Amino acid sequence: MSTRTFRVWRGDADGGDFAEFEVEVNEGEVILDVIHRIQAEQAPDLAVRWNCKAGKCGSCSAEVNGMPRLMCMTRMNLFDEGEDVTVTPLRTFPVVRDLVCDVSFNYEKAREMPAFKPPAGVKPGDYRMQQVDVERSQEFRKCIECFLCQNTCHVVRDHEENKPPFSGPRMFIRAAELDMHPLDARDDRQDMAQDEQGLGYCNITKCCTEVCPENIHITDNAIIPMKERVAGDRYDPLVWLGRKIFRKGKKGERA
Amino acid sequence: MALSCAERAATPALSEFSREGAQMTTTDDTDVSSPPRASISARNLRTDRWMRGPVLTVIGITAWVAYATFRVFYQGDYWAADYHYLTPFYSPCISDGCIPDSAHFGRILPDHPLIPYAALSLPFLLAFRLTCYYYRKAYYRSFWLSPPACAVPDGHARYTGETRFPLILQNFHRYFFYAAFLISVINTYDAILAFQSPAGFGFGLGNLVLVANVVLLWCYTLGCHSCRHVMGGRLRHFSKNPIRYRLWSFVTVLNNRHMMWAWITLASLALTDFYVMAVASGMIADLRFIN
Repeated sequence: MSTRTFRVWRGDADGGDFAEFEVEVNEGEVILDVIHRIQAEQAPDLAVRWNCKAGKCGSCSAEVNGMPRLMCMTRMNLFDEGEDVTVTPLRTFPVVRDLVCDVSFNYEKAREMPAFKPPAGVKPGDYRMQQVDVERSQEFRKCIECFLCQNTCHVVRDHEENKPPFSGPRMFIRAAELDMHPLDARDDRQDMAQDEQGLGYCNITKCCTEVCPENIHITDNAIIPMKERVAGDRYDPLVWLGRKIFRKGKKGERA
Repeated sequence: MALSCAERAATPALSEFSREGAQMTTTDDTDVSSPPRASISARNLRTDRWMRGPVLTVIGITAWVAYATFRVFYQGDYWAADYHYLTPFYSPCISDGCIPDSAHFGRILPDHPLIPYAALSLPFLLAFRLTCYYYRKAYYRSFWLSPPACAVPDGHARYTGETRFPLILQNFHRYFFYAAFLISVINTYDAILAFQSPAGFGFGLGNLVLVANVVLLWCYTLGCHSCRHVMGGRLRHFSKNPIRYRLWSFVTVLNNRHMMWAWITLASLALTDFYVMAVASGMIADLRFIN
């Protein structure tokens, strides 16, 4: 057992500041344990959102010493003995109170995403596909919607004005998941990714991948493949020529 | 609260894309425009050494560019005539100033101090690396500070990413990949020719250096994200295309280490060039194993 200094941001949309707490820390604990101890012993009105404490619900996202993390998956032994720990709410989204943010930006963007469209004539329950065909999409289904990727993406984190045209990495993996899905019947997902979701704003700096607690390869397996698909669709004269010669449609045959 | 299908279809925030297919999506009516974020004066609160990555990248890339620029315009010591070693910085050597034996594909360009002897390949190789998805990350972070590190503010007031000229040209990466593929074939040809010196078949340390460089170049070139897309990234049904799936899987293995190959090949290109230059200038003698 040791005593550590925690600096926790407290406040709301009208303003706030860091509050300092000297708090007991035991071996094996995570940041969320310590926050709960502060809440139990020193600041009962400290607002914090949490649920599963197992890294599966995505509720306890915050910034610990400046890095976006899940508080329940950030072990205290990550920090040096004697190192102060600073905890703030996610800095990309509006604050509600203390460590709790309003993440409705992400739900708004999710609402704009067309859902899976089954092929004509196939009823739910009759979907058949091979494992090798759905593996790529399944990686993206691991997403727990903690929105750490959305929070760390500098496109909206540092440029509020980009929020309307940019959906963010979480929505890009959703777009990739559906565009790669063997049974999805829509063929306009690349257009949507580029025109509606702002795929072109991404400059591949990979912070979304770095902070993902599920270790989803957001950039390499979702964003770049979608960029390549868009490049093939819009910027590749050879593809255009091939379509003209073989009289294929805009998207050609999706093998 | 979830909306009915009719209500969703009428929601003005939905785009033409989403109106048609949003019937299975749960909804929220809040607006994207934001009330204030947490008022934290510090621009970033990271306590780790986040500057180390960008600084090392700047040092590494600047040093390499300086060396490569010097060598490309040096126009000498690029061909070890005794062993037929040709440095990759001069391959293919197509200038009128090239030593005839080193010009495997003819000498079609005028000899001028400002025209590199390999002027046909170098611009494509430069563009291949400039538009490479890994190098984009590296230089956007380190040179352009956009952003310098995760959760550290980027250094620009406005940001439009790769939506406009000139950065929209990054979408041509695949064409530079095609060119780099052909140039890697030429580099391989050079490495094979180097086993045949004026004294007949033979090989020495220089051959090992050339071959190792070529193998590493292939690992980098074939591990490119565009190559991965070309091999099978566009497919929806791997099960119907087993050969392309195998190729895609192979490229994926290389692609997982693309950053590593990117740096290793920068080093191997410079070292290979330096070795050939040292042998060609007589600074060192090639260690010969056979002949």
